[in-house]
Amino acid sequence: MKESSMESYLLFESQEPLESAQVPGHYELAAALKAAGNRVTMFLVQNGVLAARHALRSEGVPRLVAAGVEVLADDFSLRERGISASRLSSGVRVATIEDALDQFAAGRKTLWL
Amino acid sequence: MTLTFVMMEAPFENARTVSVLRLIDAAIRRRHDVTVFAYEGAVAMTFARQAPHANAVHGRTAEEEDHPLPKDWVAGLMTAAQQRGVKLEWINCGLCVDERGVAEAIPGAKRGSPADLWKASEASDNTLVIGTR
Repeated sequence: MKESSMESYLLFESQEPLESAQVPGHYELAAALKAAGNRVTMFLVQNGVLAARHALRSEGVPRLVAAGVEVLADDFSLRERGISASRLSSGVRVATIEDALDQFAAGRKTLWL
Repeated sequence: MTLTFVMMEAPFENARTVSVLRLIDAAIRRRHDVTVFAYEGAVAMTFARQAPHANAVHGRTAEEEDHPLPKDWVAGLMTAAQQRGVKLEWINCGLCVDERGVAEAIPGAKRGSPADLWKASEASDNTLVIGTR
């Protein structure tokens, strides 16, 4: 089923800021899309979930949450890396690949960053 | 619903391969029709001559090593789609296949061109491009 708004975005982030200097730019893109009045979900997958740990003391993901971006962390990627939900930054929700697939199938503009 | 995935990553290289296949698997489980357009290194995903190997250093046979092969994962997805009565069309970019000499593909994988990608995208409800990094 199509969502009513054409301005709904799903962004897959598979890397963490310490892995690629492009990642902070991806976060900025997500926040800017949200600030422009769009609905934005960032789905963290693979090493992307490493940035969601509160122990990282990075402002990147908390800023996304504060900006109103829905931040989801892939359960499979978390399990692979031994990260429990209790170790995630506030506001980050554990999700499944099916959750991401459903948003994609709903017609969201989807980017793999 | 029909979904198209455009895949660039070569097999055995990056976790993106697994992530894309997980998405395709989820789409099939949700009973969506799926088209995959593989280009550049991803055309080797369905190369039929992928083979498991032994590990002489650790003294293990190929069976004991039990290396997963991407061609088997794709074949498994094709079987899953068939069992659920949905379509999984796997198209390999022909130019990319020729460059890499991987024309010998598993059953069900077709050869195509960028025009097939355009047609698939036009016929799909959504399209996701997964490039390399």
